[in-house]
Amino acid sequence: MSDSFLIKAVTDQFPDAALASHAYRGDATVVLRREFLLEVARFLKEDPTTQMNFLMDLTAVDYSTFGKSPARAFFSSSGVSVRPTPEIPDQDPWPGPPDDARFAVLYHFYSTTHKHRLRLVVPVEEATPEVDSLTSLWPGANWLEREAWDMFGVGFRGHPDLRRILMYEEFDGHPLRKDYPVNKRQPLIGPKN
Amino acid sequence: METNPKVETIPTSQGDPADLETRDMMLNIGPAHPAMHGIIRIVAKLDGEKIEEIDVEVGYLHRGFEKMSEMVDYNGVIPYTDRLNYVSPLINNMGYCMAVEKLLGISVPERCHYVRVIMSEISRVSDHLTCVGATAMELGAFTVFLYMIKAREYLWDLVEKVTGARLTVAYCRVGGVKADLPEDFAEPCRKAFEETRKVIDEANGLLTRNRIFTDRMNGTGVISEEDAISYGITGPFLRASGGTFDVRKDCPYAVYEQLPFDVPVGTRGDNMDRYLVRMEEMEQSMRIVETALRDMPAGPVLVNPETGRPIPAAEMVDLAKMGDIAAVSGGCAVTGPTLEGSGRAQHPSIATDEKRVFFPPKEDTYGNIEGLMQQFKLVMHGHGVRPPKGEVYLPVEGANGELGFYVVSDGAGNAYRVRVRPPCFAIMSALPKLLEGGMMADMIPTFGSVNMIGGELDR
Repeated sequence: MSDSFLIKAVTDQFPDAALASHAYRGDATVVLRREFLLEVARFLKEDPTTQMNFLMDLTAVDYSTFGKSPARAFFSSSGVSVRPTPEIPDQDPWPGPPDDARFAVLYHFYSTTHKHRLRLVVPVEEATPEVDSLTSLWPGANWLEREAWDMFGVGFRGHPDLRRILMYEEFDGHPLRKDYPVNKRQPLIGPKN
Repeated sequence: METNPKVETIPTSQGDPADLETRDMMLNIGPAHPAMHGIIRIVAKLDGEKIEEIDVEVGYLHRGFEKMSEMVDYNGVIPYTDRLNYVSPLINNMGYCMAVEKLLGISVPERCHYVRVIMSEISRVSDHLTCVGATAMELGAFTVFLYMIKAREYLWDLVEKVTGARLTVAYCRVGGVKADLPEDFAEPCRKAFEETRKVIDEANGLLTRNRIFTDRMNGTGVISEEDAISYGITGPFLRASGGTFDVRKDCPYAVYEQLPFDVPVGTRGDNMDRYLVRMEEMEQSMRIVETALRDMPAGPVLVNPETGRPIPAAEMVDLAKMGDIAAVSGGCAVTGPTLEGSGRAQHPSIATDEKRVFFPPKEDTYGNIEGLMQQFKLVMHGHGVRPPKGEVYLPVEGANGELGFYVVSDGAGNAYRVRVRPPCFAIMSALPKLLEGGMMADMIPTFGSVNMIGGELDR
């Protein structure tokens, strides 16, 4: 089934939920208001036309420094992009990062029945970095959400056990945030007992 | 002999055994434990020998792959990807490069696709050999482990012939591969597969109907297809439970559509089925390599005396550094399976012709200013490959399941975000589901069949 079908399925069912949609490079993507996430995810999982039984991946992006990286060399190249070859779809332009939201939480779904993929993007403001947890629908979301919390400090409402997963408990900060310096060192401390 | 008054006689229990006071026992396994294939900690709550509850603690091998990928240029990430799944690094290389190529919108020549497929299938065999061998060893079949590592050695010899390294290969490049397959690669490949097949046969004879092995594998670590899918489990682990999902078949990439192979599927979802699925997948992977070697478009003539005088690549570099361009121009670089890259003859068949993405052939880098400039613009700090702004997700079939790369670019010379979807992360998150309620001893075969790879689990 085509990408446009999936985007249409979501936007028709939830006209208020979708902020934007695109299929950049053939990846069907819907940008959602975060209030609707659980509802849309349930629809995607249970509706016979979509049947997204796999939550393949869940991650986040910190867009706070997007496009702001300074030219690092005197002779900075102009950054000309190459033209896509015919095999790679290029109808849709990429709309850019979400406006006035620091984080975006991303969900990659896959359906084994229909063999299609969909990406949901949920913009999250810095002031209240929290979205609904999908653990009630996919138990696999448990660890993925813990990782997103660990790395970005995005909380998940309704998560049964939201604690760090890759870093240790005493770790200060969230390492994949853009304001976390790559060279910052922290003492290694054993687990709290 | 006098009786020691301090020794009390233990009163024999008179009442019902159910009245005895029992307590759960907490058992800490790992982070460094001989039965853990990597650094991972499992805290198990035991009732006798039964596991009541487990808590899995990961992250001991976290090296900040995703953060580091944001700091270096696009080609600089490739060596890091080697260290994700370090048993089959070529598949990671391929997945990452294909994701960046999708973001750039470039395609690679057909022969390059074939080369990548061949190398990743060889890696898949070596990965399965390691997994099955290690599982067997933990169940007491040390011989099988040694045999399988011997077979893996033959395959890594092949990898070494092509990439110049055994483990940290860094073979793929954005837009192609580093160098073409060596001449007559089919012959050593045939020999290595012959040996590997012998080993698989031997292992089959030693394990598949071995009472000790089957008793511990049958019916342990069972997971249904539905549960596996809800945890996001893919790869051989899902296929042993009856799921048919295989990225190579269901979302074909590279040239997998043109290569015939079967996807083995189990029915019971236990450790035995996972073992059988892996054993069959090795055979299928070898079949893919054999077909690919037969069907791939012909490679270039390595040294053609009419087009140029052959000069070993290292010598060419020395000449160019001394400023003897006259000696280099009109020459034809002879590259070996080392870190030398590729010459002009091989270039068109293994790399994209997009000059803003792929390195120039040796002769051009050292022989003329355009080539030198092209090289400079790609390797210097602040230059490099610059994809347009955008985001892509690209899945490939890793040895443990779907290995996905999600890359965001903001138009700069380094990625804005690189995310790996590690296949064994999903399987590890289902470990409580697999182990709870089972016997302590079943943890060993179940954990073995997970094929946990610390590098990709913790990144």
